[in-house]
Formats: sequence, structure tokens, C-alpha cells
Amino acid sequence: MTPSLHYNWFSNVRGDILSGLVVALALIPEAIAFSIIAGVDPKVGLYASFCIAVITAFAGGRPGMISAATGAMALLMVTLVKEHGLEYLLAATLLTGVFQIIAGYLRLGSLMRFVSRSVVTGFVNALAILIFMAQLPELIDVTWHVYAMTAAGLFIIYTFPLLTTKVPSPLVCILVLTGVAMVLGLDIRTVGDMGELPDDLPIFLWPEVPLNLETLWIILPYSLPLAVVGLLESLMTATIVDELTDTPSDKNRECKGQGLANIGAGLFGGMAGCAMIGQSVINVKSGGRTRLSTLIAGVVLLILVVFLDEWVSQIPMAALVAVMIMVSIGTFSWESLVNMRKYPISTNVVMLVTVAVVVATHNLAYGVFAGVLLAALFFANKIGQFLFIGTKSTAENELTYNVIGQVFFSSSDKFISAFDFKADLDRVVIDLSRAHFWDITAVSALDKVVLKFRREGIEVEVIGMNEASATIVDRFAVHDKPEAIDELMGH
Amino acid sequence: MTKIVACIDGIGARSEAVCDTAAWASAKLQAPLTLLHVLDRREYPIQDPAPLSGTIGLGAREALLEELTELDAKRAKLAREQGRLMLAAALERARADGALEPTTLQRHDDFVVALQEQQAETRLLVLGKGSQGDALGVHIEPALRALHRPILLTDQPLVHPKRFLIAYDGSVTSRKALNMVAQSPLLSGSACSLVMVGPSTFDTRKELEEAEKQLIDAGFDVNAQLLAGDTDEVLLDQLAGQEADLLVMGAYGHSRIRQLLIGSTTSTLVRRSTKPLLLLR
Repeated sequence: MTPSLHYNWFSNVRGDILSGLVVALALIPEAIAFSIIAGVDPKVGLYASFCIAVITAFAGGRPGMISAATGAMALLMVTLVKEHGLEYLLAATLLTGVFQIIAGYLRLGSLMRFVSRSVVTGFVNALAILIFMAQLPELIDVTWHVYAMTAAGLFIIYTFPLLTTKVPSPLVCILVLTGVAMVLGLDIRTVGDMGELPDDLPIFLWPEVPLNLETLWIILPYSLPLAVVGLLESLMTATIVDELTDTPSDKNRECKGQGLANIGAGLFGGMAGCAMIGQSVINVKSGGRTRLSTLIAGVVLLILVVFLDEWVSQIPMAALVAVMIMVSIGTFSWESLVNMRKYPISTNVVMLVTVAVVVATHNLAYGVFAGVLLAALFFANKIGQFLFIGTKSTAENELTYNVIGQVFFSSSDKFISAFDFKADLDRVVIDLSRAHFWDITAVSALDKVVLKFRREGIEVEVIGMNEASATIVDRFAVHDKPEAIDELMGH
Repeated sequence: MTKIVACIDGIGARSEAVCDTAAWASAKLQAPLTLLHVLDRREYPIQDPAPLSGTIGLGAREALLEELTELDAKRAKLAREQGRLMLAAALERARADGALEPTTLQRHDDFVVALQEQQAETRLLVLGKGSQGDALGVHIEPALRALHRPILLTDQPLVHPKRFLIAYDGSVTSRKALNMVAQSPLLSGSACSLVMVGPSTFDTRKELEEAEKQLIDAGFDVNAQLLAGDTDEVLLDQLAGQEADLLVMGAYGHSRIRQLLIGSTTSTLVRRSTKPLLLLR
């Protein structure tokens, strides 16, 4: 859209640098927390967050969006890591990237139009619930110190902005809690206990897996859902950022960008990731608008972790848990709970089913699939109601049926049952000139009706068939011919 | 390809210059004039420092959307009122200057995208140029690249130039530019300096002769020169020395990669020229 390099990078430098810093600080606990969910060393998530943020800054389609290691993706790789180890995760990450790039070239981004608003809401809520649930292991079977620390952390996070909004409060929470834990010498779990932290820049590494079909069959069942979930969350986040900033984005470029980013992450020892709803909102809220903010976030993240690894390893897990609880609360769409009173039941069911399937399977792709399917069924059902069949006696022993509305798979039974085959008639006229036949089911329903009348010895005349069946053809191309609309809808 | 489009971005000497120049072009080409003001959100950047607390609480997305919409609404209203005043002033001036059927147009859009939308009907685009060539903020170069119509860049009223200088190098772009000048009534009646920069060889001399002949045939009073030296410097020297009012050139004949490595003559001249430029693409 805009050929301006300057606009995409340097039109909001001050805001972007500041927001990039805020996001980098917020990314560290998340990347560590998500590595722990996936069952890998924190450095895998941190390297991934660096690679993904930096690559999407250049290759992504949505300036100002933050991508890194995410919970949605981490949840999908748990069993792969448990059964086959890190190297297979890296290989799966590479394959995920390849699938996403292919999706970008096939322009699958435009399929997002089939994902309705209630499915998006369900996705977001399910994600928030999953992030929250992932924190529970840190809060079970622990001493009261951990609960106190977590509560104190949440208190700092939410009340510190009342004092000043110049410093990120999650950072203050982490600093204070780390200080307290070190000074009091509390025996609670720290980040250092969770695995290895990065002490060096990431290096280029080809995953050490045998390059054969067996490997492919191991990683394929993980790569496909990873690719799907990554694209879903990225495109949903892109839509949210579009909305917040009132600027357009290139969704197919975003697919390719995510793919490249995952390939990059896989080659530099990182796990697969995607766009992050919570972080992107934080970025926009902190004034970030362009690609520069994403780049700064990634680079600063790496610098911080590499140079501060001694300190990072001292962070108590309770502090991370507090930050992640904030992220899950901020990600959850609380408005959707209020709206449930206003919205029709079908919409609420779609949202709740999406959430329920995700929480049950820990796989956002299944939830979205269930939600989209259900939404489509509800829609078909609703449109099927738009069918009216009236009768009028036009001559002695002759009846005219006037069919008005939509006839397709969902309404064909209703269509058939509207005819009275047992009446004492010589002749029936079926006027279809104000009906729309959308599919072959509708046509065969009409055949059935005609046959039934004939079996009763009633003569049938169908009028307006050509107009009614004009809608069966697959390509209407109404958009460039305004008169075609009248022809299709107005007859 | 029927209209003259003039971009108005303020009230002041530069917009008046754009207005006068566009009015002259409109009268000379007998083409209606559209005065365009684009409300580009980039021109109204975020003023208040954003909170850096990094927290997202209950309903963070909804609250943020509401807040950002409110801010944009305020800015847009203010900018629209300003824009209307600018356009009203410009319209009056263009009428006084004798422009053909001047009209105004205000668009909420990206500057370049708005110009691209107008492109199909644009015969000549008149843009203001600051003394440093940085007029209209960062837009000018992307606009020059994205549009494929003649663009007149000016910071002073250009009405019936006495003499114009046309830069020629025998390239496809410059030949196209030459054809356009020869065929258009815009510069008829002005004296013409044809300048080619390069070594004096048989080929270059022949190319220059052909170009000169084409301009003479078109009815111009031509003074052709083949000069050696650095292209930018020679053109700027000649522009000053011959007291030409306008530099005409084919723009961006080379690939972006080449430009990144060696730099673009067009960009340099846009930046350094103190005289108006007519860029032909």
C-alpha cells in the first residue's frame, strides 16, 4: 500500500523506541514461562522470541504487531518434546515455517473471513484461560511464601501505574520480588531452576535429526497444527491491531513473514511462535506503531538476557506467575461476558463451544474448527428460515403455489412439506420467479415435488425456473455489474 | 488524463506558489484545476506521551480502542477544519489567477494513496517544494516514485517561464521526456536550453543533434550544449548560469538497487535545485 520505507520504520521513532523497550521487558517473563510450558530450557523460548520478533519486524505484514514465542504454540509441542526431545522440536519448527510460507503464497489469509466474530472472541478467551491454567503447576504444592509473593506481585502490577506510568509495572514487580527473595533468602523456585538460560548470542544450527521419512512422520502431526494455530493467532492479532490503529495490513505477507520467522527460529535453536495478542495491545498502548517497535523489542530482549543472565536466573517463578496472570486477565475479553445477555443464543453457543473445545484439547485449532463449523451451521439454519410458500386458487380445481425466499439444503425439507399432495386438484402451478435455488438439493427437492403431484394425477406447471436457478452457478461476479444484483435478488 | 491536480498543504508562500503555478498550467493546457488537500494521519502524530506502564487490565483492548478512536476523532475534526480554510483560500487565489474551472477536494487518506487514486485523471501534478526539497514532509519521494504522471515541483510562482532547461542523456526515460515536451503546449513560447552531460563522442553528438532537431521542429528556440563533468553539478550550474526558470527531466530512469548504490540524479536535483522542476515519467 504505502511504498514509504520511512513511514514503516521511522515515522514514530520516540514512541516506537519506548514501547519497544516496554515490550522487551514484558517479553522476557513470557518467553521464559512459555518455554517452561513446552518443557524446554528458557533459552529456547528467549532465542525464539528474539528471532521471531526481529524477522517479523522486516518480513511481517502488520507493522507494530509483536510476535514471539507464545503459549498457544507451546501447548501444542508438549508431547513432542517429551517423547522425542528438543532437536525434533526444532525440525518441527522449520516445517511449520515452510507450511506457513506456502499458506501465504496460496493466499489462505483470506480464509479468515469465514472465522466469525464469536469464534475470535472464543479463541481469545480460550487463550487467556490456557495461559492462566499453565500457571497453576507453579501454585500447587508450594509453601505460603509463593502465594504471598504472587499476590504481592499482582498488587504491584495493578497499583504501581497509579503512582507513575513512566516505568513498566511488571518490571517493577519482577525487580521487587527478586530483591525480596534474595534478601530474605527464600527457598522458592527461581527461573534458574527451570533450565539453562542464554549466556551467548544464538548460533546457526541445523537440527540434529535424521533426514528421513520417519522423522517427517514424527514432526508432521505437530507442524500442521502449529502452522494453523500460528497463522490463526497472528491473523486475529493483526485484525485487532488494524482496528486499534485504524490502518490496513497485508495478511498474506503476514503469513509468509510468520513462516520465515519460524524457519529462522528453528535454525537458531528457538521454538515455534506467532503473534501475541497481549503484547501487541501493550505495544500499541505504549505508543508503538511501526516496524521499529517490533525490532527494538526483539533486539533489546536479547541484549537484556545475554548480559543479565546471572540476574534473570534469580527471578522467582512467583513473579513470572504474577505477570502471566496479568497477561491472561488482559487478554480475556471481559466484554464478551457482558455481551452474552444481549447476543442471540447461537452466537453465545459458538463462542462457548470454541472455548470448551480448546480447554479440553489444549489445541486452539480444534476450537476454531468447531466454532467455524457451528457458526456455519447456525447461519445455514437461519437463512433457511427465509422461505415463504403461499397458495392462491387461480381457476377451478387449480392452485398456484408462490415460492418466495431461499431454497437450499437446509430449507429443502420445509419446501417439500409446504405442498399438499392430497388435495383434490386437476392442476398445480408452482411459481418460482421470486425464489432462489442455491444448490442441487433444492433442484432435487423440486423434482420430488413434481413427481409426487404427478403420481396423484395432478398436472404440474413450473414457472420462473430460470430466474430461480440463476443463483446455482458458482461464480456470480456481481460486484462489477450493479445491474446483476437486480437480476439476482430483485426478480 | 484531463485534470491539473495541485496539492495544497498550508496557507503561506509555498501554497500560494503552488496555486499560481497550477493556475497558469491549467490556463495554458486548458485543463480544469483540482486543488487537493489530503488529511494524512501521519501529519498529525501522537502528541501525548503514551503510558509506559506495560499493564493490561480488564477489558484492555476495548478501552484502548475507545481511547484511540477518541484521540483520532479530535485530531481529524481539527485538521478537516484547517484543510477547508486552506482550500477556500487556494480556490479564491486560483480563480483570481484565471485557472480553468478550479474545484477543491479533501480526502482522508494516505498522501500517496490519495494521489494514486487521482492518477488516472491527472494530466499534471503540482507539488510544493521546500527550499531544501523536503516539502510535504517525508512524502515527496514516495509520491514521485509511486506516480507515473508529470510532476511539477515548485517553491515559487512559475508563470510563463522565459527559459527552461531540459536535461538529456539519450536514455529511454529522457527520450520520453523530450517527446512530452515537444508535444505538450505547456512550455510553448519559452526558450529552451538542451543540456547533455557526457563525453563528446560521435554517438553523443549525434544523439544531441537529433534531440535538438526534434525540439526545433516542435517550434522551440533551442540552445543545445554537450558538457563534460558531474551530471548534478553541471545541471545546477547551467540552471543558474543560463537564468532558466525551470528544469525539465525524465525521472528515476534507473532501478532502485542502482540508486541505493550510486544515488539518484533525480533525488539529488530535487534536493538541491533552487528552481522549480518538471519531472516526466
